[in-house]
Amino acid sequence: MVTNTPDLIGLLRKMILIREFDELAIRLRKAGKIYGVVHPYVGQEAMAVGVCANLTNADRVTSTHRGHGHCIAKGADIKRMMAELFGRVDGYCKGKGGSMHIADFAVGMLGANGIVGGGLPMATGAALAAQLDGKGNIAVCFFGDGAVAEGEFHEALNISSVWKLPIVFVCENNQYAANNAVGVQHQVTDVALHAKSYGMPGLTVDGNDVLAVCEAARAAVERARRGEGPFLLEGKTYRWHGHAVRATPPPETRPAAEIAQWKERDPIAHLAADLIARRLLSESELGSLHRQVQADLQEAVAFADASPFPDPKDILVDMFAAPA
Amino acid sequence: MREISYAQALDEAVAEEMRRDERVITLGTDFTGNPIKEFGPARVRYTPISESVLTGMGLGAAACGYRPIVNWRMVTFSFVAMDQIVNQASKIRYMFGGQADFPVTYRCGVGGGMGSAAQHSQSPYSMWMHVAGLKIILPATPADAKGLLKSAIRDNNPVVSFECSRLNAVVGPVPDGDHTVPLGIAEVRRSGTDVTVVGLAYYVQEALAVADELVGEGISVEVIDPRTLVPLDVETIRASVRKTGRLVIVDEAPPTCSAASEIAALVVEDRATFRALKAAVQRVCAAPVPVPYSPPLEKAALPDRAGIIAAIRRVIDF
Repeated sequence: MVTNTPDLIGLLRKMILIREFDELAIRLRKAGKIYGVVHPYVGQEAMAVGVCANLTNADRVTSTHRGHGHCIAKGADIKRMMAELFGRVDGYCKGKGGSMHIADFAVGMLGANGIVGGGLPMATGAALAAQLDGKGNIAVCFFGDGAVAEGEFHEALNISSVWKLPIVFVCENNQYAANNAVGVQHQVTDVALHAKSYGMPGLTVDGNDVLAVCEAARAAVERARRGEGPFLLEGKTYRWHGHAVRATPPPETRPAAEIAQWKERDPIAHLAADLIARRLLSESELGSLHRQVQADLQEAVAFADASPFPDPKDILVDMFAAPA
Repeated sequence: MREISYAQALDEAVAEEMRRDERVITLGTDFTGNPIKEFGPARVRYTPISESVLTGMGLGAAACGYRPIVNWRMVTFSFVAMDQIVNQASKIRYMFGGQADFPVTYRCGVGGGMGSAAQHSQSPYSMWMHVAGLKIILPATPADAKGLLKSAIRDNNPVVSFECSRLNAVVGPVPDGDHTVPLGIAEVRRSGTDVTVVGLAYYVQEALAVADELVGEGISVEVIDPRTLVPLDVETIRASVRKTGRLVIVDEAPPTCSAASEIAALVVEDRATFRALKAAVQRVCAAPVPVPYSPPLEKAALPDRAGIIAAIRRVIDF
């Protein structure tokens, strides 16, 4: 089922939730409440939300190291996500995965991934399964511009095209692979141009315009559902924070003017202003949307904090599946 | 009982499992025979030479209800898919908290002795043993080739099937019907009282030949075939060593951090088994070199019967 009339307020609410979830995760990381590394999705919210608006739970997505946005957009529960960041038993992975390995198979979210490009093959396999099922479900693979330099990108696009797999490759071109600008890593910086090499359609959209992303994704998703094969969709976007938030994050190396320029193109402010101008949303409704998101996040933190840590005696649990 | 080759037994295993369960699909750059004729092009997929994407596709399709068999052909090619094996396949179930099962089988030829030179003569059993999360089968007979591969395909975990190239043409009896061999159970191929020889893959038959040869000298050799390396049936090996007091392990991988090393460690770590030892444990492994091409060099690189006999004499004369 494709959402033919996007629930505009719903899109806005999800984008705000993703942003505030990650802003909160950054604060919690700095406060030492959560461990390891967080890769914030802030600034890129329109990509996950615009694409996933066209998907059902029977459609599968794979994600990246910057995966919180994809989880939330696909319908994962922020309470269990937060519990995972806290390393607690009620987290999606019972505390075994952390930020970079959140998955919720029940909603078709096949996992974040710590390896750039690592999710491309798995998404392609999910697309093969969907093709064999023949029920019109599809797979979506989210990846960044950095993954385009990996062999797995090229292998996945080629085999998907040869087999006409129902998959949409979604490149979130946030202009930087870790701390290196796209222009010093790729001769071809418009990722969608690679589609031609693999005999599939490709399109570059404004990745900070959720409606543009949603429209483009809808066409690609519907095409895949009809069995017409893969599509390469690129959204130009930008992450507001550094590559990773950890105990001692590296200094910001991107030009301040560039960051400021992209913040002017805030996908959330853009949609909110648009809805207010079209009288589909009032300032006070926007305020209550924000308050509701904050309340939901407080609830998620309380849930995570109340969940116990895993018992070390369970260290070997989940290694192997029980015999068939 | 029918007599068929190791290679035929492997093909039969795949065909029978595809007949038994329509969720079993197979991906590879080539197949023996014409499996498309029976199973159709949807389930038998001729693929581009893209080991990395194929390895990961196996996981993706497995997560979505299928039971893919991905054929790397030679283990050599699996190294191209290192990310998908080491970072994904071996970790995916555990790191996601056991949310999903990944019933995928990765098949590949292993071992030297075929004049295939350095890259295509490898036996990296221990590399994949070391990466916790993969099950590993290593059949040494046609019957086990069929029975273990069928069990691997039915297993709900990623399983690597190491198929010894030198055994492909070996013919042996294979039970009729739905013949399966459970993972994790070693086989005592020959009972003996003086020394335990654990052979891997091709070296099971070599150990048996040596055991025959030594009967005349009054040396009684017990030969054990682990059959699966993960899970490893260490208790059968330890029980044998407690009986014989002597252990020789024959493995055609180089000795450093090998399956042979692991077996030796597991045996000596056990108090009762350690106390029963009458001699230092001996490994008979490949020379620590890439397997060379020229016949006399290749022969020198790999274990042989003379080397096994010499090791047995060392533990007897200890």
